[in-house]
Amino acid sequence: MTGAPLTAAALLAAAVATIGIGFYGIRLSRTTSDFLVASRSIGPQWNAAAISGEYLSAASFLGVAGLIAKYGADALWYPVGFTAGYLGLLLFVAAPLRRSGAYTVPDFAEFRLGSARLRKVAMLVVVVICIFYLVPQYQGAGLALKTLLGLPVWLGPVTVGAIVVVNVVGGGMRSITFVQAFQYWLKLTAIAVPALALLVLFLGDATTLAGPLPPVVQQQTTVTVETDVVVQVAEPAGITVTGDVDGVQVEGEAFAAPGRYTLAHGTTLTLAAGSATPVVAGAPSSGDDWLASGHGLGGSHPLYQVISIIIATFLGTMGLPHVLVRFYTNPDGTAARRTALAVIALLSLFYLFPTLLGVFARQFVPQLLITGTADAAVLLLPSAAIGGGAGAVLAALVAAGAIAAFLATSSGLLVSIAGALSTDVLRGRVRDFRVAAVVGGTVPIPLALLASSLELSRSVGLVFAVAASTLCPLLVLGIWWRGLTSVGAACGLVVGGLASGAATTLAVVGGVDDRLLGGWPAVVVGYPAAVTVPLAFVTMMGASLLTAGSRPPEVARIFARMHVPEHLGMGVERLPRE
Amino acid sequence: MTSGRPQRERVILANRRGARVIRTRVEVQEQTRVGDALVRGLVRAQLGLALRLAAVAVCAVALIPLLLGLFPQIDDVQLVGIRLNWLILAVLAYPVLYGVGRLYVRLAEQGERDFVRVVDGDR
Repeated sequence: MTGAPLTAAALLAAAVATIGIGFYGIRLSRTTSDFLVASRSIGPQWNAAAISGEYLSAASFLGVAGLIAKYGADALWYPVGFTAGYLGLLLFVAAPLRRSGAYTVPDFAEFRLGSARLRKVAMLVVVVICIFYLVPQYQGAGLALKTLLGLPVWLGPVTVGAIVVVNVVGGGMRSITFVQAFQYWLKLTAIAVPALALLVLFLGDATTLAGPLPPVVQQQTTVTVETDVVVQVAEPAGITVTGDVDGVQVEGEAFAAPGRYTLAHGTTLTLAAGSATPVVAGAPSSGDDWLASGHGLGGSHPLYQVISIIIATFLGTMGLPHVLVRFYTNPDGTAARRTALAVIALLSLFYLFPTLLGVFARQFVPQLLITGTADAAVLLLPSAAIGGGAGAVLAALVAAGAIAAFLATSSGLLVSIAGALSTDVLRGRVRDFRVAAVVGGTVPIPLALLASSLELSRSVGLVFAVAASTLCPLLVLGIWWRGLTSVGAACGLVVGGLASGAATTLAVVGGVDDRLLGGWPAVVVGYPAAVTVPLAFVTMMGASLLTAGSRPPEVARIFARMHVPEHLGMGVERLPRE
Repeated sequence: MTSGRPQRERVILANRRGARVIRTRVEVQEQTRVGDALVRGLVRAQLGLALRLAAVAVCAVALIPLLLGLFPQIDDVQLVGIRLNWLILAVLAYPVLYGVGRLYVRLAEQGERDFVRVVDGDR
């Protein structure tokens, strides 16, 4: 691959910068409060950049463009939802959560409902969400190193795991705040520059993406199938295939007619210049279908899919522990609100570019639609579409942005795991935080290698569904409803967690047969939020009403502390027992 | 105010404002009936504000899939070469979200200032 040394150098530079800035922060980190909440001293501007840097994961940097290239208009809901989640967080959670003075989500549960047992349940939910979320990050790292440098798939998870463990063990929250703020701007540059360069190229190109045919390749292209795949061939002219088609060995033959074909592992397709690309089954194949809304993201019941994605992403952000923990680092509730607002602005700016790249990917690298590995689109676009020295430089820039995405999100998740484990399972000292970070960073590595990978954005969307069905109702009801009891909260966490967790596990393992019961079981497992979120809210409220006698007696004082502005002297900062 | 007459002045023997502030603050902190009522009012106002603005955002955003489902011909409308459904979702949705957020921050801070004025003010 041309430009590989340049790409490798860019990856290395991004990793070294990450570790370097982390070490600068380590000099400032001394106390437990530094490690957990950066001593609550981060202003809105730094904090918003850090939150955005942490939040824009592999799913946003690579996954959004891939999904848009593959499914078109309905995939646009993912970036909109990922941004709208912060509006939900701003409206319902940001300021009261900060004013509660808690330092982790389990600590908030104990503060609000006074139950040590509930705290343990919440801790378990936090750890599960973070590990579910780390797995796709590590998988994205494996995919990126394999696509860019041809390295074995296991190397990505191991490298990223090692770097984040070192950073988090070293400096905790203080240190990663600087790292993540830097990474937002790095990611924005790394995606904006190639997108704008391609925009110039795209506008000069007279072809249109509409029309009855799938996109055409612009030069002769050879594609090797790495996992068995069903493709939809719309126009067989110009395509020759070698390998196993529908269980029959073929050697350099053309497809007989348009239709669906199963290509086994190892099969090679050769597409002559100007031939129409086969598209993985389930994705819209004609340009017109791709441009139109309402076709969903593969499978049946597209309107349900869209509604479920909207619910999961709008409400899921409120329940992401690694995002919430950053809000505890604000000096006060007003700053927490301003931080959330600034995050909406930063994300709005960022998501313009993956959308553009998704469109360009369909134009310039349509062969990715055959194997369904559209997540690689952002990485391959610059060299495929621009080529030469400029293409290599842009590819290296994109690679640096991608590695920043894996590192930033992974370190944030790891701080949350370590914070929850060290204060609730271990004894809450700095040493315990470090032990917990090593454990939490290592466990997802084997999971990332074993789990079959959905598209990155879809795996992350499932984690959002789990968060929206567990921590979101806990926080929203805890902040606004005096009737919540610890038994009710625990029931809701368990029911919502089991339902959404089971769906996520099933979907990652392989999903449910689409032909069963009109496709409803398959679509509910693939997009569980529209069912599990109402279920969790209803369970939490119902069980609370049944146990109304056990409402915490202090609830009036707790509400005053969460909602009254700080300078009236109600606030109390909680810290772990030393 | 006419120029001939001297301005009316309020004459007080001692400024009782400080004492009053402390009393209301203590009422909020100690959760007396007055304090609790004040806090309940604040929570209700802030929740109402959040719910109203969430409804605005949800209506604005959720109308899109419904309208697109009911009138698929919207897809064919184009502005500057971009189809309307793409223009709405990929570009216009973001300023709407930010605008709603900004409005909320302004009104929520206003609500808190009003609360503090009630607690701290002596009128």
